[in-house]
Amino acid sequence: MSEEKKGWFSRLKKAIIPTKEGLIGRIASVTIGRTKVDEELYQEMEDILIGADVGVTTTLKIIEQVREKRPQEPTQLKDFIVEEISLILKHEEGKLNMSEESPTVIMVVGVNGTGKTTTIAKLAARFKAEGKSVLLAAADTFRAAAIEQLEIWANRVNVSLIKHQPGADPGAVTYDAIQSIKARNTDVLIVDTAGRLHTKSNLMNELAKVRRVCQAQLPGAPHEVLLILDATCGQNGLLQAKQFTETVGVTGLALTKLDGTAKGGIVIAISDQLSLPVKLIGCGETLEDLIDFSGADFSRALFEEETVQV
Amino acid sequence: MFESLSEKLSAVFKNLRRKGKLSAKDIALTLREIRLALLEADVNFKVVKEFIRRIKERAEGKEVLESLTPAQQVVKIVHEELIGIMGESSNQLERAAQGPTVIMLVGLQGSGKTTTVAKLAKHLSGNGQNPLMVAADTYRPAAIHQLNVLGENLKLPVFDMGAEADPVDIVNASVSRAKSANYDTIILDTAGRLTCDTEMMAELSRMKEKTSPAEILLVLDAMTGQDAVNTAEAFHRELNISGVILTKLDGDARGGAALSIRMVTGCPIKFVGVGEKIEALEPFYPDRMAGRILGMGDVLTLIEKAEHQVDEAKAKELEKKLFSQQFTLEDFLEQIQQIKLLGPIDQMLSMIPGMGNMAKLPAGWSGEREMAKVEAIINSMTKEERQRPEIIKGSRKRRIAAGSGTRVNEINRLLNQFQQIKSLMKNIGGKGRKGKKGLFSFMN
Ligand SMILES: Nc1nc2c(ncn2[C@@H]2O[C@H](COP(=O)(O)OP(=O)(O)O)[C@@H](O)[C@H]2O)c(=O)[nH]1
Ligand SMILES: [Mg+2]
Repeated sequence: MSEEKKGWFSRLKKAIIPTKEGLIGRIASVTIGRTKVDEELYQEMEDILIGADVGVTTTLKIIEQVREKRPQEPTQLKDFIVEEISLILKHEEGKLNMSEESPTVIMVVGVNGTGKTTTIAKLAARFKAEGKSVLLAAADTFRAAAIEQLEIWANRVNVSLIKHQPGADPGAVTYDAIQSIKARNTDVLIVDTAGRLHTKSNLMNELAKVRRVCQAQLPGAPHEVLLILDATCGQNGLLQAKQFTETVGVTGLALTKLDGTAKGGIVIAISDQLSLPVKLIGCGETLEDLIDFSGADFSRALFEEETVQV
Repeated sequence: MFESLSEKLSAVFKNLRRKGKLSAKDIALTLREIRLALLEADVNFKVVKEFIRRIKERAEGKEVLESLTPAQQVVKIVHEELIGIMGESSNQLERAAQGPTVIMLVGLQGSGKTTTVAKLAKHLSGNGQNPLMVAADTYRPAAIHQLNVLGENLKLPVFDMGAEADPVDIVNASVSRAKSANYDTIILDTAGRLTCDTEMMAELSRMKEKTSPAEILLVLDAMTGQDAVNTAEAFHRELNISGVILTKLDGDARGGAALSIRMVTGCPIKFVGVGEKIEALEPFYPDRMAGRILGMGDVLTLIEKAEHQVDEAKAKELEKKLFSQQFTLEDFLEQIQQIKLLGPIDQMLSMIPGMGNMAKLPAGWSGEREMAKVEAIINSMTKEERQRPEIIKGSRKRRIAAGSGTRVNEINRLLNQFQQIKSLMKNIGGKGRKGKKGLFSFMN
């Protein structure tokens, strides 16, 4: 492994250790001292998966598939479960869609407080480090001081920002931002939007309008519509993903706050039930705390023996 | 979801009548369905286990066995037990014996603390108190600014010392300020933090020590999954919290976290946040929450209300007509008038399963206004028109529109809807739908 890759890998592992302790660590510990695979053991496995927010549907599916393989030993049962999860996650490859010819437009959406603005700052820092020019659009004109929040980040990262007055039309902010990246041939535009519950149709329509502005002003835009999901979120995350996808065509997910005690099993549920790739993981409040999500690496790091603490 | 739980239970109980008693397997199946329903609502799995243990005895008992509708009876028991655990609705806030009362809000990042501080301040000042909001979140960029903006909008004071000051010093200084300027209540906005961040958790303890809050309230997002238990336990262990505020309940989260945190901390849920507007803070109603967790909206309350308010015989009569295709606009009008007896229509809609998701309704839609319009239109029709709506053509439409103060396209819409209801009824009539459901079906 290259130095860079190694550093990245250890960060990923560190980030998901709470997840691991909660999930695979517990799966492993349940099998210790057990000699036979019985209903009780299946029940306990089911509890562990559900307890990690994997959700009833996906959990029952995993358990069902494992049963069919007729594990004889408790450790075999564990291995089968790990296998099933890896299979669900394997298809996830977290590359952001970047435009080759024109500037890339990334629209960031989600319910309130999931970490949209912070994730944008992290992304901006990353693009900047890659030598790209970046513009941020403060299209959250609704929440008090949301514009200032993004502005502080823009200054810290040293990228430019387009803003209007609080309460201004988010579509208009986006329009100006797109004109600006076209005129200056900026590499990446990231549009910050106000948090909104997916059940509020008027607010969702407003978001669809922002998307339409992107589309109309720059063919092919938005290239990426990132839905930010909070790892502490339970099964409602699936409803959010469905609704946002319906209204604004989500193209990828970012899962934030994986540095907390939440197990992040919602990733498994979402990968299983929606054909939406998980692209990024947020694991802290500083600019470095952003990791590319790759299903293969994720499950590898998740299940790597040496870090399983039992 | 309500339907699915009671339907699934119905299948389990199908054999009961024949055998006269439940087998061990029936009971296991019943408990499993309840378990899955609660898990789907994000109730913590350990809490579910404990809950099932409590409910087992009653589910096997006489009240179920002897009931004509055992499946419904079980749902009712689950509902009752949920309410029992979540306790009374208590939005009383403790006051300090002397000096200013300190209320401290704590929670994870993004749970809604700052907004809730402003909501509480408004609530308290509406009750004649004199609150001071304190900006002690020096970590998140622009958090202090956010509270200041909210304060300006509310015309209520905010105390801050900038983002460089130490949060413990800030809260300490705010107490002196409150004393000298005669504020009777201080509401502390603290930074969001992870429970595994021991340093940050210790900072909260220091704030507590300096200010001796009368209330320490955990602000928790209603969308939280299984981890709600760990969060609540950790904050409770560190701070001995006095209550919980559940936010973002205006979404469609089932909110199983409410049950979990109540069961692990024993702390009451004091308020719920139901919107981004500063007014959107409500007391907590355990019965509504129980219905929500079971995915049945407030359907029990609704049925109870209907039982009290709606004339049983009339409802039956209407029901019969609906399915027999003799349903006229006159009956439609009567149905509407009966529904109005139940209370504000918008509030009722929110109690119906599936309707909690208002996504289908256009912005600014008002059930009251729509109903009033329909009533006005039908009232402007002749008796013959009400019975044979097919005769309503151009000139009649214009007359009715003029008479009811509406427009012709609104008459068209009503006539269309009415036709749709009739054909809908024709379709489902054969399947023997019964009970009071028909009464509400036109709204779905
Ligand atoms: N621990 C942790 N906190 C995060 C992460 N991402 C965002 N946050 C915090 O979550 C809170 C809300 O974030 P913000 O970006 O304002 O959310 P927005 O309302 O969706 O824009 C802030 O306090 C952030 O510092 C993460 O990956 N880990
Ligand atoms: Mg934001």
